Amino acid sequence: MIRKFLENRRIPLAWLLLTRQPLRILVAIAGISFAGILMFMQLGFRDGLFDASVTVHKLFNADLVLISPRSKSSISMSGFPRRRLIQAMAHKDVIGTTAVNWNFLLWRNPENLSTRSILALGFDPTNDLLLDPNFKEKADTLKNKGRVLFDELSRDEFGPVSSWFRSGRIVETEVAGKRVRVSGLVSLGPSFGADGNLITSRETYLDLYSANPPGSIEIGLVRTKKGSNIESIVRSLNASLPNDVRVISLQSFIDFEKNYWKSSTSIGFIFTLGAAMGFVVGCVIVYQILYSDVSDHLPEYATLMAMGYNLRSLIGVVAREGFFLALMGYIPAYVSGQLLYSLVRSSTKLPVEMSFARASIIFCLILFMCMGSAIAAMKKLADADPAEIF
Amino acid sequence: MKDTHENTLKIDSLNHWFGEGETRRHVLQSISMEIFPGEVVLLTGPSGCGKTTLLTLIGALRKVEDGDLRVFGQQLFGANRKTRQNLRKKIGMIFQGHNLLRCLTAEQNVQMGADLLNGFSYKARRNQSREWLRAVGLEDHMSKLPHDLSGGQKQRVAIARALAAKPKLLLADEPTSALDSSTGREIVDLLKKLAFDQACSVLMVTHDPRILDVADRLLRMEDGQLLPSV
Ligand SMILES: Nc1ncnc2c1ncn2[C@@H]1O[C@H](COP(=O)(O)OP(=O)(O)OP(=O)(O)O)[C@@H](O)[C@H]1O
Ligand SMILES: [Mg+2]
Repeated sequence: MIRKFLENRRIPLAWLLLTRQPLRILVAIAGISFAGILMFMQLGFRDGLFDASVTVHKLFNADLVLISPRSKSSISMSGFPRRRLIQAMAHKDVIGTTAVNWNFLLWRNPENLSTRSILALGFDPTNDLLLDPNFKEKADTLKNKGRVLFDELSRDEFGPVSSWFRSGRIVETEVAGKRVRVSGLVSLGPSFGADGNLITSRETYLDLYSANPPGSIEIGLVRTKKGSNIESIVRSLNASLPNDVRVISLQSFIDFEKNYWKSSTSIGFIFTLGAAMGFVVGCVIVYQILYSDVSDHLPEYATLMAMGYNLRSLIGVVAREGFFLALMGYIPAYVSGQLLYSLVRSSTKLPVEMSFARASIIFCLILFMCMGSAIAAMKKLADADPAEIF
Repeated sequence: MKDTHENTLKIDSLNHWFGEGETRRHVLQSISMEIFPGEVVLLTGPSGCGKTTLLTLIGALRKVEDGDLRVFGQQLFGANRKTRQNLRKKIGMIFQGHNLLRCLTAEQNVQMGADLLNGFSYKARRNQSREWLRAVGLEDHMSKLPHDLSGGQKQRVAIARALAAKPKLLLADEPTSALDSSTGREIVDLLKKLAFDQACSVLMVTHDPRILDVADRLLRMEDGQLLPSV
């Protein structure tokens, strides 16, 4: 196969046309990479923000979740009676529950004393909360009153809590105007609505947030027997419990949160639009480059036709130019995308990752952009009239 | 009926017009001529008499409107695009300007001609191209771009390119007009010698009276008509 190809190959005209015009190809690569980087950034941000909206949700040790039907998203959770969780325990497949309080409280930065809203979770430390097997030990430290676990991935504006804590310093600060001490670090990650997180015991939580209605919680985590049918438990619990509470699977809870950000905000639209603009700009640049390339070489294309090359082989030359441009523009875009993603991760702590799906979608878009422009530029080839070159 | 394969080219009452309606001009008026294998034929005539038009018709670059035009026995009147395209591969063309591809080296330009041949490996075609460049005396300039070659050298590359496709008919339109007279003379001598070696017929349009002696036969044209040969 390869041998046959090597035997039959011809002068790589498309490649030589491009590479013998370094300035033009540089402009083309810059333009395509720019478009690619723009698409990587916009789509990366979009997916990262949606993923970030459920960073904490994904870490819960639960199969089902109870929420109030009035809850719209993690930033506006309504309460429901804690009793419902005890009633849910009555179901034969339920093996454990955790009542979780969930609200935003003001955290004082221990370094510069500024305050900032932080998501506080309150739960009974004797129950399970997170999947992380090391969490149990940390949760035990919450049995003392006034202790909190601080999320080390929280944004820097909350103060150098994790580095202080690691260096052995006792970190004390105020939450909602009351004194607390950091008794451990957890790794959750900031989300869309919350720049930082802390976890504390239910007792401390109620102390910090005394306005919490008695017996009211925002989230109820339910764990079921291994291998039980989640869907049917959801149905039977929804039927047996009063309608001041809604039972959904953990996956639905995650989707519920993502959907809020997707449908109730313009984030998805804005970032998709940004990516589309990158695409359009790329198309215009590649078309301009290829069109002027064909125009500049029109007499040469006509000469080739006079020599006996048919229109199809000339179209092939332009198509290959488009293909090479796509490859040469994609590679720097991909590399810069990776670099920018890690920059974004370290500066915003958003979970922006280079996913294979996105990398291939953007490759397809760039290929489409270049081939589409090449096809548009090919129309100009019709002007190459071999009868006019004598 | 005469066997058409005996001659390289046979034209019978060929007519051609340019323009429409009022401005329609009868540029070629019932041209008839023949070229036999290996012949070198020169075509001269005043500017605007239709020489280039005749060449583009023979070279299958233009549609034949009226009359009989056979190249290697292939009728071009009413021939479709594919036929004309295939025929072009068998006809070598040398233009007034050199018309080399600016982005290719001399060797690559010649190989663009050799690449039209089927059944040769890349290496074989490359070696043939080098051979041709040697034959036109450019062995030291193979990897130069057209930009770095003189006018005469460029025209030599163009000759090598035209011959690399192994044509049996070579059409040349004033190949020496961009050159000084001694270089022009060299080029024409070279062209004649190489064509002779290949048993390739040549039809050359020229204004240059100093090169008329290379012709086996001289044709004169005036106002779209061939004058009876002298
Ligand atoms: N594409 C065209 N459309 C209309 N008229 C044309 C076209 N090409 C040539 N002509 C006209 O046809 C006539 C013959 O042109 P042609 O180029 O064949 O002359 P020529 O003998 O090659 O002249 P020259 O020696 O100046 O090259 C001229 O009057 C020219 O103006
Ligand atoms: Mg002319």
